[in-house]
Amino acid sequence: MIPSMTRNGLLLALFGLAAAGLVALTHEGTKDRIAEQQKQQLVATLAQILPGDLYNNAPHDDCRLLQSRQYLGTREPQPAFIARRDSEPVAMAMETVAPDGYNGDIHLIVGIRWNGEILGVRTLNHNETPGLGDLIDIRRSDWVTRFSGYQLESEKDPRFAVKRDGGEFDQFTGATITPRAYVKAVKNALIYFNSNKAKLLQAPRCWSENEQGAQP
Amino acid sequence: MSHPPYRDIAWQALWKNNPGIVQLLGLCPLLAVTNTLTNALGLGLATLLVLVGSNILVSLLRKGIPNEIRIPVYVMIIASLVTCVQLLVNAYAYGLYLSLGIFLPLIVTNCVIIGRAEAFASKNPVGIAAWDGLMMGLGFTLVLMILGGTRELVGQGTLFDGADLLLGDWATILRVQVYHLDSPFLLALLPPGAFIAMGLLIAAKNRLNSRVEAMVSPRSDVKAPVERVRIS
Repeated sequence: MIPSMTRNGLLLALFGLAAAGLVALTHEGTKDRIAEQQKQQLVATLAQILPGDLYNNAPHDDCRLLQSRQYLGTREPQPAFIARRDSEPVAMAMETVAPDGYNGDIHLIVGIRWNGEILGVRTLNHNETPGLGDLIDIRRSDWVTRFSGYQLESEKDPRFAVKRDGGEFDQFTGATITPRAYVKAVKNALIYFNSNKAKLLQAPRCWSENEQGAQP
Repeated sequence: MSHPPYRDIAWQALWKNNPGIVQLLGLCPLLAVTNTLTNALGLGLATLLVLVGSNILVSLLRKGIPNEIRIPVYVMIIASLVTCVQLLVNAYAYGLYLSLGIFLPLIVTNCVIIGRAEAFASKNPVGIAAWDGLMMGLGFTLVLMILGGTRELVGQGTLFDGADLLLGDWATILRVQVYHLDSPFLLALLPPGAFIAMGLLIAAKNRLNSRVEAMVSPRSDVKAPVERVRIS
């Protein structure tokens, strides 16, 4: 007769295997669809900030990893998507982080024409106070659309600040920290773009392109 | 052991021993995601699904699980079910996945589920255990929805804001702007509002208790077979 401890241990292992098997099956069944959903989300976002008549490639497939703690707000490499017309780069959508939001990081994506003009900005992910700081979300207000058309004149361009600090962007009633962090992140993204333009196309490709590729 | 009748289980789960406002189980997701009716409904349905699934599995396996290792086995069953639900929501309701975020995997820690597995499903046949899971899940979802609806109404004057994230694009027509607020009433939307609303809800339940019980109670001589469990 098997001692009960061994028997229970074996039973537990069996249950563990069955549970892992169930999860593996579900994962197998849903992973394509999840990847598809994420891709669709990305394509939809890119379509919002890169005007479609500008390019004729698929920017979500032309992805580069950019890394700059100082200008992109995080140590993590950030993806940037390149829009080309007949293989000439015409614009880029770069993800960046505003590390000094009121409640943690704000993830945003900035579309920039190759001459440095902002095409559009969208918030990807944030934890700002509902009703105050969340006006950066396009579903709440059109505040992020005000960035379109701006171009950085110098690294000290005074227009890139909220009105309270002498700039041109509205702060929100009761929430200045959020837009301040946001404007700064957009400005830093522009600075990074302008000063690295020559090297951008040589940046390493995103790992997601070749599906099985290991993350760098 | 005689099995409690279906009607009594429903009565216990929906009112007398409601997991949300009487047993006070699963408070973390309960308070955190009930800022809109849509989020509340989404988390409620996900919890309901896991609850029914885990009750069925535990009940099916109840003769095969030795008493000494039952808790780790329940935990494994629940954890894998939750992971499956999370993957499914991620695949088929991506918008909702984005807005429920961390609270989906947190269903694992919702004590209602392991509580029902231990207290009910492990002692009862499949049919009745599934029914118990369904009713407990419904009771929990109802509380979530009442809280979510109240907070959304007081906080931003709408109902079903963002329903399209959960139910697909047609659901934008569900959105009701009850009245217009220039700036949202923050207290209701932030966690303190959840505690206050919860307190009021429990108070209202206690206030109405005797009246409702007199009205709907099944035979009052039936001793409640559903024991109150608390697992921390």
